[in-house]
Amino acid sequence: MTVTATDPTPVSEAPKSSGTRLVDRVLRMRELAILAVFLVMIVITQLGNSEFLSEQGIKDLLLNATILVIVATGQSLVVMTRNVDLSVGSTLGISAFATGTYLQGGGNPLVAVLLAVLTGVGFGLLNGLLVSLGQVPALVVTLGTLYIIRGIDSIWVGSRQITAADLPGGFVGFGSGGVSAVPWLALIALAVLVATAYYLEHFGGGRELYALGSDPEAARLAGIPVRKRILAVYTFCGALAGLAGALYLARFGNVDSGTGNGYELTVVSAVVVGGVVFTGGSGSVYGAALGALLLTSVNSVLPALGVSSVWVLAINGVLLILAIAVDRIVALRVARTLEKLKKRSARRG
Amino acid sequence: MTHPSDTGPAPVLALRDVSKSFGAVRALRDVSLELFPGEVHALAGENGAGKSTLIKTLAGVHRPDAGQVLLDGEPTVFHGPADARDAGIAVIYQEPTLFPDLSIAENIYMGRQPKRALGRIDHKATYAATLELMRRLGVGLDPGRPARGLSIADQQIVEIAKALSFDARVLVMDEPTAALTGSEVARLFGVVRTLRDQGAAVLFISHRLEEIFEICRRVTTLRDGAFVSSEPLAGMTEDDLVRRMVGRDLAELYPKQEVEAGAVALSVRRLTREGVFTDVSFEVRRGEIVGLAGLVGAGRTEVARAVFGIDRWDAGEVEVDGKALTNGAPSTAMAAGLALVPEDRRAQGLVMDMSIERNIGLTGLRTTVKAGLMDRGAERSRSLDWAVKLQVKYARIADTVSTLSGGNQQKVVLAKWLATGPKVLIVDEPTRGIDVGTKAEVHRLLSQLAADGVAVLMISSDLPEILGMADRVLVMHEGRVTAAIPRADATEETVMAAATGRAAA
Ligand SMILES: Nc1ncnc2c1ncn2[C@@H]1O[C@H](COP(=O)(O)OP(=O)(O)OP(=O)(O)O)[C@@H](O)[C@H]1O
Ligand SMILES: [Mg+2]
Repeated sequence: MTVTATDPTPVSEAPKSSGTRLVDRVLRMRELAILAVFLVMIVITQLGNSEFLSEQGIKDLLLNATILVIVATGQSLVVMTRNVDLSVGSTLGISAFATGTYLQGGGNPLVAVLLAVLTGVGFGLLNGLLVSLGQVPALVVTLGTLYIIRGIDSIWVGSRQITAADLPGGFVGFGSGGVSAVPWLALIALAVLVATAYYLEHFGGGRELYALGSDPEAARLAGIPVRKRILAVYTFCGALAGLAGALYLARFGNVDSGTGNGYELTVVSAVVVGGVVFTGGSGSVYGAALGALLLTSVNSVLPALGVSSVWVLAINGVLLILAIAVDRIVALRVARTLEKLKKRSARRG
Repeated sequence: MTHPSDTGPAPVLALRDVSKSFGAVRALRDVSLELFPGEVHALAGENGAGKSTLIKTLAGVHRPDAGQVLLDGEPTVFHGPADARDAGIAVIYQEPTLFPDLSIAENIYMGRQPKRALGRIDHKATYAATLELMRRLGVGLDPGRPARGLSIADQQIVEIAKALSFDARVLVMDEPTAALTGSEVARLFGVVRTLRDQGAAVLFISHRLEEIFEICRRVTTLRDGAFVSSEPLAGMTEDDLVRRMVGRDLAELYPKQEVEAGAVALSVRRLTREGVFTDVSFEVRRGEIVGLAGLVGAGRTEVARAVFGIDRWDAGEVEVDGKALTNGAPSTAMAAGLALVPEDRRAQGLVMDMSIERNIGLTGLRTTVKAGLMDRGAERSRSLDWAVKLQVKYARIADTVSTLSGGNQQKVVLAKWLATGPKVLIVDEPTRGIDVGTKAEVHRLLSQLAADGVAVLMISSDLPEILGMADRVLVMHEGRVTAAIPRADATEETVMAAATGRAAA
């Protein structure tokens, strides 16, 4: 702006750098905490079973996390805006089957993936339109589309099934292949993750999602196109669920009408464990990805330690509640830090 | 830019015969207003007169039911806040509209951040620009800290900085000074004068009449949504202005009764909350009104919150009637007869989506619950009683408080706590956003409570209010009590000296 101050009395004390990007530091703290839990778990397991971190072991860990990471990335954007998408499991299922059907007829694998993404985009748009136009809570709307999509899927698929034998060998091979311990699928997930995180941090549209979730009314007054953003976020989430469907097919080679059933709960758990809070406006996709990695690793850790896998669900529940407790504690500590910071910076000449 | 002459340019922004209703409430009726470049224009009126509604019409938040918005003389329709912003209109709303999770810098530049190549946000430039804004306003807020936890005054400062960051032709400010003390207001006015001299048009709302006379050239007055007058301030007195707003003459603004102070009711000894306030000691006796003054950020609100038990203290003690209070337990404080009217009505004072009646009734649940059931009749009559006493302006008592004007919401918070019949009453900015007429009424009530033996601790950024009402003035500076000045010696100079740390204490 062109205005210069009438009296250029300098501020006696420049703001302390200790407060600089405090927001970021907190986020990072939260992510480091999950990473620490994850590493401790891995180390303990390795000590108990030296086979655990073999090349194949690592590859399995990554492969298992891949699909969840992708869907959780999309979901965390939705959650950041104070919404939720419960239909991701259904979308994953139907797009996996669509891809399979197309490939069965001898289709091109790249076009097949594109088809899966477009299927997801379609359902995402539907969700986005319903949520942003109707005055109905996202929870209810997407619970509805969860059943609608699952219903369409069941009618269309019936009792049919697609198995690896029906698919081109290259496609299935890609799903389990990779460079030494790093699967191709994990690289795709990583690319999606990094690109999304970069967008959220460095582009206006990304920052506006945080603003929107932080205070929707203030966002409206700030001239943010609220409906457009919500529509975009759901579309993106749907697209990633669709992509995840194609990758699911590549990895497991096996889909039927039940594929992805109940998956939305795992996704939401990963997001919450990863520190993306349901009240919106905070969290990061890296956090959500770490949450996904942590949750899926529990599945591999228990058998490696000789513990029955019936414990998996209980442990996931404990992690979820722990995560919420940690969020609460972190929030309180931050409030206290801010209070002190404020005192320091409020002292003006 | 050129300075406007009196024959001068056309209005940059104008309203012509604008009306706006909310259901049965006619918030604006055929109101006209003209804003010229290079002038600061006041908008005056009682609580609920329609000032904020008018501003939201200018800002594109509300679409008028009838009438026109004129931009440079051309009829315009704003479809949303973004349209008004693009037309060069910057608005500070009455209630701060910040994103708590985002940094101050992001709050200010949301949607229009400086960009680097490929449309990426230039975070460094955003930070630097915010730092520069803070410097112009003379405050030391860190651009990188999140907005969560900022005091109301600091939130207002961020809002002001946001409005200044626009290269705005029209600056609209809805009670920007309500939580600010003299020195911040002086800074703000310095910046506003510069903008005015560069040709911006400024619309200014305040219930502090002396501010209107200090900074504005003309004033438009509203009463019950209707246009009363639009005229130059030169030659007008405060009484003239009040008569336009209220339609009658006003009683004494500070009707302080002399009361013989009784036994000590509230005793605070060496209270410390690390990094926030240190070694705070004072007493408030029955029948006494003690004023707590200080600059924004001196720690006044924080002391009140700790005494009431919302925040914990690290050392010291608090006694009510000789009985020690538990650290960090508001329920025991309430049981001991303490009441706190908080400064932040939206976050702490009210349940915005609940009715007026239920909000006032909330603190009385103890008395209105019979055998585990709510006595709705008792609650309603109690609420009506207080709503009338404080002249709350509403359509129906069952309406949600979110439909009330800012000042009327403040009255509901007051009613809610006064209804508890406290022994010790702590009021934090009791008249923030309340119009002169009701201010006098609130002062009369406080004075009456003191006369009835209630001990009152009053935090206020409005220095005349402190001087007019307090028997004794405590002054805080950087988390410490730097002076305790008896009524006879309390003047603007002595209080300001202690508040800025210049006093020998
Ligand atoms: N969203 C709404 N729904 C219903 N009524 C409303 C709404 N907004 C404002 N009103 C009513 O319109 C009238 C004017 O309100 P407005 O907020 O413009 O007053 P104001 O002059 O700004 O008062 P104050 O000085 O207290 O801020 C009030 O009676 C208020 O209750
Ligand atoms: Mg108002």
